[in-house]
Amino acid sequence: MKFMSSRGAFTVGFLVGTCTLYVFLQQVWFERKASIRQPEERNWLKNQSALFNLNHPHHTGEDGAVADSLYKRVRVLCWVMTGPANLQKKARHVKNTWSRHCNILLFMSSVDDPDFPAVGLDTKEGRDQLYWKTIRAFHYVLEKHGNDADWFYKADDDTYVVVDNLRWLLANYSPDEPIYFGRRFKPYVKQGYMSGGAGYVLSKEALRRYVEGFRTKVCTHTSSVEDLAMGQCMEKMGVQAGDSRDTLHRETFHPFVPDQHLTGKFPKSFWYWNYCYYPIVEGAQCCSDLAVSFHYVDGTMMYLMEYYTYHLRAYGYRYRYLPPVPKELSLAPAEADQKASHPNAAAEAGAGKL
Amino acid sequence: MISEGSSFIKGMALGAVFCLLLAIMGSFSPIQPSSPDAEEEHHHHHVIAPSNKDMQLLSEAHMLELSQKVRVYCAIMVTPKVLVHWAAVNETWAKHCDKTAYYSSESSKALESIDLQEQDEWARIRKALMHAYENAGNLRWFFMARPTTFAIIENLKYLILDKDPSQPFYLGRSQNSGELEYVEYDSGIAFSYEALRRLMEVLKSDDLCPEQSRSLWKVSEEKQLAICLKMRRAPPSGG
Repeated sequence: MKFMSSRGAFTVGFLVGTCTLYVFLQQVWFERKASIRQPEERNWLKNQSALFNLNHPHHTGEDGAVADSLYKRVRVLCWVMTGPANLQKKARHVKNTWSRHCNILLFMSSVDDPDFPAVGLDTKEGRDQLYWKTIRAFHYVLEKHGNDADWFYKADDDTYVVVDNLRWLLANYSPDEPIYFGRRFKPYVKQGYMSGGAGYVLSKEALRRYVEGFRTKVCTHTSSVEDLAMGQCMEKMGVQAGDSRDTLHRETFHPFVPDQHLTGKFPKSFWYWNYCYYPIVEGAQCCSDLAVSFHYVDGTMMYLMEYYTYHLRAYGYRYRYLPPVPKELSLAPAEADQKASHPNAAAEAGAGKL
Repeated sequence: MISEGSSFIKGMALGAVFCLLLAIMGSFSPIQPSSPDAEEEHHHHHVIAPSNKDMQLLSEAHMLELSQKVRVYCAIMVTPKVLVHWAAVNETWAKHCDKTAYYSSESSKALESIDLQEQDEWARIRKALMHAYENAGNLRWFFMARPTTFAIIENLKYLILDKDPSQPFYLGRSQNSGELEYVEYDSGIAFSYEALRRLMEVLKSDDLCPEQSRSLWKVSEEKQLAICLKMRRAPPSGG
Protein backbone atom coordinates (compact mmCIF):
# COMPACT_ATOMS: atom_id res chain seq x y z
CA MET A 1 0.00 0.00 0.00
CA LYS A 2 2.83 2.32 -0.82
CA PHE A 3 0.58 4.70 -2.71
CA MET A 4 -1.70 5.44 0.23
CA SER A 5 -0.86 8.51 2.28
CA SER A 6 -0.87 8.49 6.08
CA ARG A 7 -4.01 10.51 6.10
CA GLY A 8 -5.77 8.07 3.79
CA ALA A 9 -4.66 5.18 5.94
CA PHE A 10 -5.96 6.95 9.03
CA THR A 11 -9.36 7.57 7.45
CA VAL A 12 -9.69 3.99 6.29
CA GLY A 13 -8.65 2.81 9.71
CA PHE A 14 -11.21 5.08 11.33
CA LEU A 15 -14.01 3.67 9.20
CA VAL A 16 -12.92 0.10 9.77
CA GLY A 17 -12.74 0.68 13.50
CA THR A 18 -16.20 2.21 13.63
CA CYS A 19 -17.82 -0.53 11.62
CA THR A 20 -16.15 -3.34 13.50
CA LEU A 21 -17.16 -2.01 16.86
CA TYR A 22 -20.69 -1.30 15.67
CA VAL A 23 -21.15 -4.86 14.56
CA PHE A 24 -19.68 -6.09 17.81
CA LEU A 25 -21.89 -3.87 19.94
CA GLN A 26 -24.98 -4.81 18.00
CA GLN A 27 -24.42 -8.45 18.76
CA VAL A 28 -23.71 -7.94 22.39
CA TRP A 29 -25.42 -4.83 23.70
CA PHE A 30 -28.39 -3.84 21.56
CA GLU A 31 -29.74 -7.35 21.20
CA ARG A 32 -29.82 -7.83 24.93
CA LYS A 33 -31.93 -4.69 25.39
CA ALA A 34 -34.51 -5.93 22.91
CA SER A 35 -35.08 -9.21 24.68
CA ILE A 36 -36.01 -7.72 28.04
CA ARG A 37 -39.71 -7.61 27.08
CA GLN A 38 -41.33 -10.54 28.86
CA PRO A 39 -44.78 -9.21 29.68
CA GLU A 40 -46.35 -12.54 30.56
CA GLU A 41 -44.28 -13.52 33.54
CA ARG A 42 -45.25 -10.83 36.00
CA ASN A 43 -48.67 -12.17 36.83
CA TRP A 44 -47.73 -15.77 37.39
CA LEU A 45 -45.75 -17.45 40.10
CA LYS A 46 -44.12 -20.46 38.54
CA ASN A 47 -43.90 -23.34 40.97
CA GLN A 48 -42.85 -26.72 39.67
CA SER A 49 -44.48 -26.40 36.26
CA ALA A 50 -47.69 -24.93 37.67
CA LEU A 51 -48.56 -21.29 37.20
CA PHE A 52 -50.21 -19.64 40.20
CA ASN A 53 -52.16 -16.54 39.34
CA LEU A 54 -50.84 -13.63 41.39
CA ASN A 55 -53.61 -11.21 40.74
CA HIS A 56 -57.02 -11.46 39.26
CA PRO A 57 -56.56 -9.52 36.04
CA HIS A 58 -58.44 -6.28 35.93
CA HIS A 59 -57.63 -2.58 35.68
CA THR A 60 -57.37 -0.32 38.73
CA GLY A 61 -60.52 1.51 39.61
CA GLU A 62 -62.77 -1.05 37.94
CA ASP A 63 -65.87 -2.27 39.68
CA GLY A 64 -65.08 -5.96 39.53
CA ALA A 65 -66.47 -6.75 42.97
CA VAL A 66 -68.63 -9.66 41.87
CA ALA A 67 -65.90 -11.20 39.72
CA ASP A 68 -63.30 -10.71 42.46
CA SER A 69 -65.53 -12.29 45.05
CA LEU A 70 -66.15 -15.25 42.78
CA TYR A 71 -62.45 -15.52 42.06
CA LYS A 72 -61.68 -15.94 45.75
CA ARG A 73 -64.54 -18.29 46.64
CA VAL A 74 -64.58 -20.51 43.56
CA ARG A 75 -60.98 -21.48 42.94
CA VAL A 76 -60.50 -23.07 39.54
CA LEU A 77 -57.47 -25.03 38.45
CA CYS A 78 -57.26 -25.23 34.65
CA TRP A 79 -55.18 -27.91 33.01
CA VAL A 80 -54.70 -27.79 29.27
CA MET A 81 -54.10 -30.97 27.27
CA THR A 82 -51.33 -30.30 24.80
CA GLY A 83 -48.13 -31.76 23.38
CA PRO A 84 -44.58 -30.67 22.61
CA ALA A 85 -45.40 -29.90 18.99
CA ASN A 86 -48.30 -27.65 19.97
CA LEU A 87 -46.75 -25.61 22.75
CA GLN A 88 -45.76 -22.76 20.46
CA LYS A 89 -48.47 -23.32 17.88
CA LYS A 90 -51.52 -23.49 20.12
CA ALA A 91 -50.84 -23.60 23.86
CA ARG A 92 -49.02 -20.28 23.72
CA HIS A 93 -52.18 -18.53 22.59
CA VAL A 94 -54.15 -20.14 25.37
CA LYS A 95 -51.55 -18.87 27.79
CA ASN A 96 -51.88 -15.34 26.41
CA THR A 97 -55.63 -15.21 26.57
CA TRP A 98 -58.31 -16.97 28.56
CA SER A 99 -56.11 -19.03 30.85
CA ARG A 100 -54.96 -15.85 32.58
CA HIS A 101 -58.27 -15.87 34.40
CA CYS A 102 -57.73 -19.24 36.08
CA ASN A 103 -56.52 -19.41 39.69
CA ILE A 104 -53.96 -22.06 38.80
CA LEU A 105 -52.85 -23.10 35.33
CA LEU A 106 -51.05 -26.21 34.10
CA PHE A 107 -50.10 -27.41 30.65
CA MET A 108 -50.07 -31.19 30.35
CA SER A 109 -47.78 -32.67 27.74
CA SER A 110 -45.98 -35.92 27.18
CA VAL A 111 -42.58 -34.35 27.82
CA ASP A 112 -41.45 -31.99 30.56
CA ASP A 113 -40.77 -28.43 29.49
CA PRO A 114 -39.68 -26.32 32.45
CA ASP A 115 -39.56 -23.10 30.43
CA PHE A 116 -43.05 -23.00 29.00
CA PRO A 117 -43.84 -24.58 31.61
CA ALA A 118 -45.40 -27.91 30.74
CA VAL A 119 -45.70 -31.08 32.77
CA GLY A 120 -44.39 -34.27 31.21
CA LEU A 121 -46.83 -37.10 31.84
CA ASP A 122 -44.48 -39.73 30.49
CA THR A 123 -46.79 -40.86 27.72
CA LYS A 124 -46.37 -40.93 23.97
CA GLU A 125 -48.19 -38.54 21.64
CA GLY A 126 -51.27 -39.33 19.60
CA ARG A 127 -55.03 -39.74 19.83
CA ASP A 128 -54.70 -43.13 21.46
CA GLN A 129 -52.77 -41.59 24.33
CA LEU A 130 -55.49 -39.10 25.21
CA TYR A 131 -57.02 -41.09 28.04
CA TRP A 132 -53.61 -42.00 29.51
CA LYS A 133 -52.78 -38.31 29.57
CA THR A 134 -56.11 -37.52 31.21
CA ILE A 135 -55.69 -40.19 33.89
CA ARG A 136 -52.18 -39.09 34.74
CA ALA A 137 -53.02 -35.41 34.59
CA PHE A 138 -55.88 -35.72 37.05
CA HIS A 139 -53.77 -37.84 39.38
CA TYR A 140 -50.98 -35.28 39.21
CA VAL A 141 -53.32 -32.41 39.86
CA LEU A 142 -54.93 -34.01 42.91
CA GLU A 143 -51.61 -34.98 44.37
CA LYS A 144 -49.80 -31.68 43.89
CA HIS A 145 -52.61 -29.14 43.98
CA GLY A 146 -55.55 -30.85 45.62
CA ASN A 147 -55.63 -28.23 48.38
CA ASP A 148 -55.03 -25.20 46.20
CA ALA A 149 -58.26 -25.34 44.24
CA ASP A 150 -61.92 -26.32 44.53
CA TRP A 151 -62.71 -27.23 40.92
CA PHE A 152 -60.57 -28.85 38.27
CA TYR A 153 -61.17 -27.97 34.62
CA LYS A 154 -59.79 -29.98 31.72
CA ALA A 155 -59.44 -28.12 28.42
CA ASP A 156 -57.83 -28.82 25.06
CA ASP A 157 -55.37 -26.41 23.52
CA ASP A 158 -58.09 -25.41 21.06
CA THR A 159 -60.76 -24.77 23.66
CA TYR A 160 -61.67 -21.19 24.56
CA VAL A 161 -63.08 -20.79 28.09
CA VAL A 162 -64.74 -17.84 29.78
CA VAL A 163 -63.52 -18.66 33.25
CA ASP A 164 -65.63 -16.01 34.97
CA ASN A 165 -68.78 -17.61 33.57
CA LEU A 166 -67.54 -21.00 34.70
CA ARG A 167 -67.26 -19.63 38.22
CA TRP A 168 -70.79 -18.25 38.04
CA LEU A 169 -72.05 -21.70 37.10
CA LEU A 170 -70.07 -23.48 39.82
CA ALA A 171 -70.85 -21.00 42.59
CA ASN A 172 -74.21 -22.65 43.17
CA TYR A 173 -72.58 -25.96 44.06
CA SER A 174 -70.16 -27.10 46.71
CA PRO A 175 -66.80 -28.64 45.82
CA ASP A 176 -67.61 -31.39 48.32
CA GLU A 177 -70.49 -32.59 46.17
CA PRO A 178 -69.58 -35.40 43.78
CA ILE A 179 -70.56 -33.65 40.56
CA TYR A 180 -69.05 -32.68 37.23
CA PHE A 181 -70.15 -30.39 34.41
CA GLY A 182 -69.64 -30.03 30.68
CA ARG A 183 -71.58 -30.45 27.44
CA ARG A 184 -73.68 -33.47 28.21
CA PHE A 185 -73.92 -36.29 25.69
CA LYS A 186 -76.39 -39.12 26.08
CA PRO A 187 -75.22 -42.29 24.35
CA TYR A 188 -73.33 -45.19 25.97
CA VAL A 189 -73.54 -43.93 29.56
CA LYS A 190 -76.85 -43.98 31.40
CA GLN A 191 -76.49 -40.60 33.10
CA GLY A 192 -74.64 -39.23 30.10
CA TYR A 193 -71.04 -38.11 29.80
CA MET A 194 -69.28 -34.82 29.03
CA SER A 195 -67.77 -33.87 25.67
CA GLY A 196 -63.99 -33.75 25.86
CA GLY A 197 -63.49 -30.94 23.39
CA ALA A 198 -65.83 -28.51 25.10
CA GLY A 199 -64.00 -29.17 28.32
CA TYR A 200 -65.38 -30.45 31.59
CA VAL A 201 -64.90 -29.57 35.24
CA LEU A 202 -64.78 -31.86 38.28
CA SER A 203 -65.52 -30.87 41.85
CA LYS A 204 -62.88 -31.75 44.40
CA GLU A 205 -64.97 -34.67 45.61
CA ALA A 206 -65.42 -35.91 42.05
CA LEU A 207 -61.68 -35.76 41.53
CA ARG A 208 -61.04 -37.66 44.78
CA ARG A 209 -63.47 -40.37 43.74
CA TYR A 210 -61.87 -40.55 40.29
CA VAL A 211 -58.43 -41.15 41.75
CA GLU A 212 -59.88 -43.56 44.30
CA GLY A 213 -61.54 -45.46 41.47
CA PHE A 214 -58.17 -46.15 39.92
CA ARG A 215 -56.65 -47.12 43.23
CA THR A 216 -59.36 -49.70 43.82
CA LYS A 217 -59.31 -50.77 40.17
CA VAL A 218 -63.00 -49.95 39.77
CA CYS A 219 -61.87 -47.66 36.97
CA THR A 220 -59.13 -48.56 34.53
CA HIS A 221 -57.91 -47.47 31.12
CA THR A 222 -60.91 -48.95 29.32
CA SER A 223 -60.46 -47.15 26.00
CA SER A 224 -58.67 -44.26 24.39
CA VAL A 225 -61.92 -42.36 23.88
CA GLU A 226 -61.11 -40.05 26.76
CA ASP A 227 -64.44 -38.34 27.36
CA LEU A 228 -66.46 -41.55 27.19
CA ALA A 229 -64.10 -43.46 29.45
CA MET A 230 -64.15 -40.58 31.94
CA GLY A 231 -67.94 -40.57 31.88
CA GLN A 232 -68.08 -44.31 32.56
CA CYS A 233 -65.74 -44.00 35.52
CA MET A 234 -67.71 -41.06 36.90
CA GLU A 235 -70.90 -43.07 36.77
CA LYS A 236 -69.29 -46.04 38.48
CA MET A 237 -67.95 -43.85 41.26
CA GLY A 238 -71.30 -42.19 41.89
CA VAL A 239 -70.36 -38.77 40.55
CA GLN A 240 -73.40 -36.95 39.22
CA ALA A 241 -73.46 -35.58 35.65
CA GLY A 242 -74.60 -32.00 36.16
CA ASP A 243 -76.88 -29.82 34.03
CA SER A 244 -74.71 -26.95 32.87
CA ARG A 245 -77.42 -24.99 31.07
CA ASP A 246 -78.31 -21.46 32.17
CA THR A 247 -81.63 -20.41 33.75
CA LEU A 248 -83.18 -20.17 30.27
CA HIS A 249 -82.02 -23.70 29.42
CA ARG A 250 -79.41 -22.52 26.96
CA GLU A 251 -76.20 -24.52 26.66
CA THR A 252 -73.01 -23.06 28.10
CA PHE A 253 -70.37 -25.60 26.99
CA HIS A 254 -70.01 -25.82 23.21
CA PRO A 255 -68.28 -28.51 21.16
CA PHE A 256 -67.82 -26.24 18.12
CA VAL A 257 -66.88 -22.63 17.31
CA PRO A 258 -69.53 -19.93 17.89
CA ASP A 259 -70.36 -19.35 14.23
CA GLN A 260 -71.13 -23.01 13.70
CA HIS A 261 -73.59 -23.03 16.57
CA LEU A 262 -75.12 -19.71 15.56
CA THR A 263 -75.42 -20.12 11.82
CA GLY A 264 -74.61 -23.71 10.96
CA LYS A 265 -77.30 -26.03 9.81
CA PHE A 266 -76.24 -29.45 10.94
CA PRO A 267 -77.58 -32.12 8.59
CA LYS A 268 -80.03 -34.44 10.34
CA SER A 269 -77.68 -37.35 9.77
CA PHE A 270 -74.86 -35.64 11.66
CA TRP A 271 -73.93 -37.44 14.89
CA TYR A 272 -74.47 -34.32 16.95
CA TRP A 273 -78.24 -34.61 16.80
CA ASN A 274 -78.18 -38.04 18.42
CA TYR A 275 -75.58 -37.22 21.00
CA CYS A 276 -76.83 -34.13 22.78
CA TYR A 277 -78.56 -34.95 26.05
CA TYR A 278 -80.74 -31.84 25.95
CA PRO A 279 -82.69 -30.61 22.89
CA ILE A 280 -80.53 -28.79 20.36
CA VAL A 281 -81.46 -25.20 19.54
CA GLU A 282 -80.17 -23.71 16.30
CA GLY A 283 -79.70 -19.99 15.77
CA ALA A 284 -79.19 -17.27 18.32
CA GLN A 285 -80.62 -19.17 21.28
CA CYS A 286 -78.11 -21.98 20.81
CA CYS A 287 -75.75 -20.40 23.22
CA SER A 288 -76.11 -18.79 26.60
CA ASP A 289 -75.12 -15.13 26.97
CA LEU A 290 -72.92 -16.49 29.75
CA ALA A 291 -71.31 -19.17 27.60
CA VAL A 292 -68.44 -21.04 29.21
CA SER A 293 -66.58 -22.72 26.38
CA PHE A 294 -66.12 -23.26 22.65
CA HIS A 295 -64.03 -25.86 20.86
CA TYR A 296 -61.92 -25.93 17.65
CA VAL A 297 -60.84 -22.38 18.36
CA ASP A 298 -57.52 -21.72 16.59
CA GLY A 299 -54.74 -19.42 17.78
CA THR A 300 -55.92 -16.28 16.04
CA MET A 301 -59.46 -16.80 17.16
CA MET A 302 -58.38 -16.97 20.80
CA TYR A 303 -57.48 -13.29 20.68
CA LEU A 304 -60.65 -12.49 18.82
CA MET A 305 -62.76 -14.22 21.49
CA GLU A 306 -60.90 -12.42 24.25
CA TYR A 307 -61.64 -9.11 22.53
CA TYR A 308 -65.32 -9.91 22.08
CA THR A 309 -65.75 -11.22 25.62
CA TYR A 310 -63.86 -8.63 27.64
CA HIS A 311 -63.68 -5.53 25.49
CA LEU A 312 -66.04 -4.98 22.56
CA ARG A 313 -69.44 -3.79 23.61
CA ALA A 314 -72.15 -1.45 22.44
CA TYR A 315 -72.31 1.82 24.32
CA GLY A 316 -75.44 2.16 26.33
CA TYR A 317 -76.43 -1.46 25.97
CA ARG A 318 -78.03 -2.76 29.13
CA TYR A 319 -77.57 -6.50 29.44
CA ARG A 320 -80.80 -8.26 28.70
CA TYR A 321 -79.88 -11.46 30.48
CA LEU A 322 -79.65 -10.71 34.20
CA PRO A 323 -78.88 -14.00 35.85
CA PRO A 324 -79.34 -14.35 39.60
CA VAL A 325 -76.25 -13.76 41.67
CA PRO A 326 -75.09 -17.08 43.09
CA LYS A 327 -76.40 -17.52 46.65
CA GLU A 328 -72.95 -18.26 47.99
CA LEU A 329 -71.63 -14.77 47.42
CA SER A 330 -71.43 -12.64 50.56
CA LEU A 331 -73.23 -9.66 49.05
CA ALA A 332 -76.62 -8.36 50.20
CA PRO A 333 -79.20 -9.41 47.56
CA ALA A 334 -80.21 -5.91 46.45
CA GLU A 335 -76.64 -4.72 46.24
CA ALA A 336 -75.59 -7.84 44.39
CA ASP A 337 -78.37 -7.41 41.82
CA GLN A 338 -77.32 -3.87 41.14
CA LYS A 339 -73.69 -4.79 40.81
CA ALA A 340 -74.40 -7.73 38.55
CA SER A 341 -76.76 -5.85 36.29
CA HIS A 342 -74.63 -2.74 35.94
CA PRO A 343 -72.97 -2.99 32.53
CA ASN A 344 -69.55 -2.05 33.91
CA ALA A 345 -69.45 -4.80 36.48
CA ALA A 346 -70.41 -7.51 34.08
CA ALA A 347 -68.30 -6.17 31.25
CA GLU A 348 -65.17 -5.31 33.17
CA ALA A 349 -65.24 -8.28 35.48
CA GLY A 350 -62.03 -10.15 34.84
CA ALA A 351 -60.89 -7.98 31.94
CA GLY A 352 -57.25 -8.81 31.36
CA LYS A 353 -54.34 -6.86 30.08
CA LEU A 354 -54.99 -7.98 26.56
CA MET B 1 4.89 2.05 4.97
CA ILE B 2 5.26 1.91 8.72
CA SER B 3 3.80 5.38 9.11
CA GLU B 4 0.80 4.39 7.00
CA GLY B 5 0.32 1.28 9.02
CA SER B 6 0.44 3.18 12.28
CA SER B 7 -1.95 5.80 10.89
CA PHE B 8 -4.28 3.01 10.00
CA ILE B 9 -4.11 1.55 13.49
CA LYS B 10 -4.62 4.94 15.07
CA GLY B 11 -7.57 5.51 12.78
CA MET B 12 -9.08 2.18 13.75
CA ALA B 13 -8.67 2.84 17.44
CA LEU B 14 -10.22 6.27 17.13
CA GLY B 15 -13.06 4.87 15.05
CA ALA B 16 -13.81 2.28 17.68
CA VAL B 17 -13.83 4.86 20.44
CA PHE B 18 -16.05 7.13 18.37
CA CYS B 19 -18.56 4.33 17.83
CA LEU B 20 -18.57 3.45 21.51
CA LEU B 21 -19.20 7.06 22.46
CA LEU B 22 -22.10 7.28 20.05
CA ALA B 23 -23.62 4.10 21.44
CA ILE B 24 -23.33 5.30 25.02
CA MET B 25 -24.78 8.67 24.15
CA GLY B 26 -27.53 6.97 22.19
CA SER B 27 -28.63 4.90 25.12
CA PHE B 28 -28.70 7.87 27.45
CA SER B 29 -30.51 10.15 25.05
CA PRO B 30 -33.72 11.80 26.28
CA ILE B 31 -35.68 10.12 23.49
CA GLN B 32 -35.93 6.84 25.37
CA PRO B 33 -38.11 4.04 24.14
CA SER B 34 -40.80 3.75 26.80
CA SER B 35 -39.84 1.50 29.67
CA PRO B 36 -40.99 -2.11 29.41
CA ASP B 37 -43.48 -1.55 32.22
CA ALA B 38 -45.38 1.26 30.57
CA GLU B 39 -45.45 -0.55 27.26
CA GLU B 40 -47.06 -3.72 28.52
CA GLU B 41 -49.77 -1.99 30.47
CA HIS B 42 -51.91 -1.06 27.50
CA HIS B 43 -51.77 -2.96 24.27
CA HIS B 44 -55.11 -1.45 23.36
CA HIS B 45 -56.89 1.88 23.66
CA HIS B 46 -59.98 2.63 25.65
CA VAL B 47 -62.63 4.69 23.96
CA ILE B 48 -61.94 8.24 25.04
CA ALA B 49 -64.99 10.46 25.58
CA PRO B 50 -65.28 13.46 23.27
CA SER B 51 -63.11 16.21 24.65
CA ASN B 52 -65.92 18.72 24.81
CA LYS B 53 -65.75 19.85 28.43
CA ASP B 54 -69.49 20.27 28.77
CA MET B 55 -70.02 16.69 27.70
CA GLN B 56 -67.83 15.39 30.45
CA LEU B 57 -69.84 17.20 33.07
CA LEU B 58 -72.97 15.36 32.05
CA SER B 59 -73.99 12.35 34.06
CA GLU B 60 -73.83 8.87 32.60
CA ALA B 61 -77.62 8.71 32.52
CA HIS B 62 -77.87 11.94 30.59
CA MET B 63 -75.29 10.79 28.06
CA LEU B 64 -77.22 7.57 27.55
CA GLU B 65 -80.37 9.56 27.00
CA LEU B 66 -78.64 11.71 24.39
CA SER B 67 -77.22 8.71 22.58
CA GLN B 68 -80.72 7.32 22.31
CA LYS B 69 -81.89 10.58 20.80
CA VAL B 70 -79.20 10.66 18.11
CA ARG B 71 -80.66 8.97 15.06
CA VAL B 72 -78.84 7.52 12.08
CA TYR B 73 -79.93 6.78 8.51
CA CYS B 74 -77.96 3.84 7.13
CA ALA B 75 -77.33 3.73 3.39
CA ILE B 76 -76.00 0.31 2.46
CA MET B 77 -74.54 -0.02 -1.04
CA VAL B 78 -75.29 -3.52 -2.29
CA THR B 79 -74.99 -5.58 -5.43
CA PRO B 80 -76.43 -9.04 -6.12
CA LYS B 81 -72.85 -10.33 -6.00
CA VAL B 82 -72.70 -9.76 -2.25
CA LEU B 83 -76.11 -11.24 -1.58
CA VAL B 84 -74.91 -13.32 1.35
CA HIS B 85 -73.37 -10.32 3.09
CA TRP B 86 -76.41 -8.25 2.25
CA ALA B 87 -78.66 -10.80 3.93
CA ALA B 88 -76.38 -11.05 6.93
CA VAL B 89 -76.30 -7.27 7.38
CA ASN B 90 -80.06 -7.18 7.11
CA GLU B 91 -80.30 -9.74 9.92
CA THR B 92 -77.71 -8.20 12.17
CA TRP B 93 -76.27 -4.74 12.57
CA ALA B 94 -78.58 -2.85 10.23
CA LYS B 95 -81.36 -3.47 12.73
CA HIS B 96 -79.72 -0.97 15.03
CA CYS B 97 -80.07 1.88 12.52
CA ASP B 98 -83.07 4.15 12.88
CA LYS B 99 -83.72 3.88 9.16
CA THR B 100 -82.02 1.57 6.69
CA ALA B 101 -82.04 1.70 2.90
CA TYR B 102 -80.31 -0.73 0.56
CA TYR B 103 -79.13 0.89 -2.65
CA SER B 104 -78.57 -1.69 -5.32
CA SER B 105 -76.97 -1.75 -8.75
CA GLU B 106 -79.82 -3.84 -10.05
CA SER B 107 -82.95 -5.24 -8.55
CA SER B 108 -82.78 -8.51 -6.73
CA LYS B 109 -85.66 -10.89 -6.25
CA ALA B 110 -84.34 -12.13 -2.95
CA LEU B 111 -84.18 -8.92 -0.97
CA GLU B 112 -85.79 -5.53 -1.04
CA SER B 113 -83.74 -2.63 -2.29
CA ILE B 114 -83.84 0.70 -4.04
CA ASP B 115 -82.79 -0.16 -7.55
CA LEU B 116 -80.52 2.53 -8.91
CA GLN B 117 -79.89 0.76 -12.19
CA GLU B 118 -76.26 1.81 -12.25
CA GLN B 119 -73.22 -0.34 -12.76
CA ASP B 120 -70.67 2.34 -11.89
CA GLU B 121 -70.11 2.57 -8.16
CA TRP B 122 -69.39 6.30 -8.04
CA ALA B 123 -72.60 7.02 -9.93
CA ARG B 124 -74.45 4.78 -7.50
CA ILE B 125 -73.02 6.62 -4.52
CA ARG B 126 -74.13 9.94 -5.94
CA LYS B 127 -77.65 8.72 -6.54
CA ALA B 128 -77.83 6.97 -3.20
CA LEU B 129 -76.72 9.99 -1.23
CA MET B 130 -79.15 12.20 -3.10
CA HIS B 131 -81.96 9.80 -2.32
CA ALA B 132 -80.91 9.55 1.31
CA TYR B 133 -80.79 13.32 1.68
CA GLU B 134 -84.26 13.70 0.22
CA ASN B 135 -85.76 10.93 2.33
CA ALA B 136 -84.04 11.69 5.57
CA GLY B 137 -87.19 12.88 7.29
CA ASN B 138 -85.98 14.25 10.59
CA LEU B 139 -82.82 12.14 10.73
CA ARG B 140 -79.69 14.21 10.87
CA TRP B 141 -76.89 11.67 10.55
CA PHE B 142 -76.03 9.30 7.73
CA PHE B 143 -73.85 6.23 7.61
CA MET B 144 -72.81 4.79 4.28
CA ALA B 145 -71.19 1.35 4.03
CA ARG B 146 -70.92 -1.76 1.93
CA PRO B 147 -72.39 -4.96 3.34
CA THR B 148 -68.91 -6.39 3.88
CA THR B 149 -68.52 -3.92 6.74
CA PHE B 150 -69.74 -4.66 10.25
CA ALA B 151 -70.82 -1.58 12.18
CA ILE B 152 -71.80 -1.07 15.80
CA ILE B 153 -74.27 1.76 15.45
CA GLU B 154 -74.48 2.40 19.20
CA ASN B 155 -70.79 3.18 19.25
CA LEU B 156 -71.16 5.46 16.23
CA LYS B 157 -73.87 7.30 18.14
CA TYR B 158 -71.58 7.60 21.12
CA LEU B 159 -68.95 9.13 18.87
CA ILE B 160 -71.30 11.74 17.41
CA LEU B 161 -73.12 12.53 20.69
CA ASP B 162 -71.50 15.89 21.11
CA LYS B 163 -71.40 16.87 17.45
CA ASP B 164 -73.89 19.29 16.01
CA PRO B 165 -75.35 17.94 12.74
CA SER B 166 -75.78 21.46 11.40
CA GLN B 167 -71.98 21.54 11.18
CA PRO B 168 -70.35 19.70 8.28
CA PHE B 169 -68.98 16.43 9.64
CA TYR B 170 -67.47 13.81 7.35
CA LEU B 171 -66.20 11.04 9.63
CA GLY B 172 -64.52 7.69 9.45
CA ARG B 173 -61.04 6.31 9.06
CA SER B 174 -59.07 9.17 7.54
CA GLN B 175 -56.29 8.61 5.08
CA ASN B 176 -53.97 10.85 3.12
CA SER B 177 -53.18 10.49 -0.52
CA GLY B 178 -50.69 13.18 -1.29
CA GLU B 179 -52.55 16.38 -0.55
CA LEU B 180 -55.97 14.82 -0.50
CA GLU B 181 -57.40 13.82 2.84
CA TYR B 182 -60.23 11.31 2.45
CA VAL B 183 -62.26 8.88 4.53
CA GLU B 184 -61.90 5.19 3.72
CA TYR B 185 -64.98 3.55 2.29
CA ASP B 186 -64.30 0.08 3.67
CA SER B 187 -64.79 1.03 7.29
CA GLY B 188 -67.89 3.10 6.60
CA ILE B 189 -68.43 6.86 6.17
CA ALA B 190 -70.55 8.98 8.49
CA PHE B 191 -72.00 12.31 7.33
CA SER B 192 -73.84 14.99 9.22
CA TYR B 193 -76.86 16.59 7.57
CA GLU B 194 -74.92 19.73 6.77
CA ALA B 195 -72.11 17.83 5.09
CA LEU B 196 -74.60 16.05 2.90
CA ARG B 197 -76.38 19.31 2.09
CA ARG B 198 -73.12 20.82 0.90
CA LEU B 199 -72.41 17.72 -1.12
CA MET B 200 -75.82 18.07 -2.82
CA GLU B 201 -74.88 21.57 -3.98
CA VAL B 202 -71.67 20.32 -5.48
CA LEU B 203 -73.18 17.24 -7.11
CA LYS B 204 -75.44 19.43 -9.19
CA SER B 205 -72.52 21.21 -10.77
CA ASP B 206 -70.75 19.08 -13.33
CA ASP B 207 -67.66 21.32 -13.16
CA LEU B 208 -66.86 20.84 -9.54
CA CYS B 209 -67.94 17.26 -9.12
CA PRO B 210 -68.08 15.42 -12.42
CA GLU B 211 -69.70 12.07 -12.91
CA GLN B 212 -66.73 10.80 -14.83
CA SER B 213 -63.43 11.54 -13.23
CA ARG B 214 -61.30 13.77 -15.41
CA SER B 215 -58.02 12.06 -14.73
CA LEU B 216 -56.60 9.42 -17.03
CA TRP B 217 -56.80 6.67 -14.46
CA LYS B 218 -59.74 5.59 -12.35
CA VAL B 219 -59.91 7.45 -9.08
CA SER B 220 -61.48 5.45 -6.27
CA GLU B 221 -64.95 6.44 -5.11
CA GLU B 222 -63.79 7.43 -1.68
CA LYS B 223 -61.32 9.88 -3.17
CA GLN B 224 -63.85 11.27 -5.62
CA LEU B 225 -66.16 11.87 -2.71
CA ALA B 226 -63.44 13.65 -0.79
CA ILE B 227 -62.59 15.83 -3.77
CA CYS B 228 -66.21 16.89 -4.14
CA LEU B 229 -66.62 17.60 -0.46
CA LYS B 230 -63.45 19.61 -0.50
CA MET B 231 -65.07 21.92 -3.04
CA ARG B 232 -67.45 23.04 -0.39
CA ARG B 233 -64.94 22.95 2.41
CA ALA B 234 -66.07 19.88 4.27
CA PRO B 235 -62.80 18.12 5.03
CA PRO B 236 -62.67 14.94 7.13
CA SER B 237 -63.30 15.99 10.68
CA GLY B 238 -61.41 13.22 12.37
CA GLY B 239 -62.80 10.57 14.71
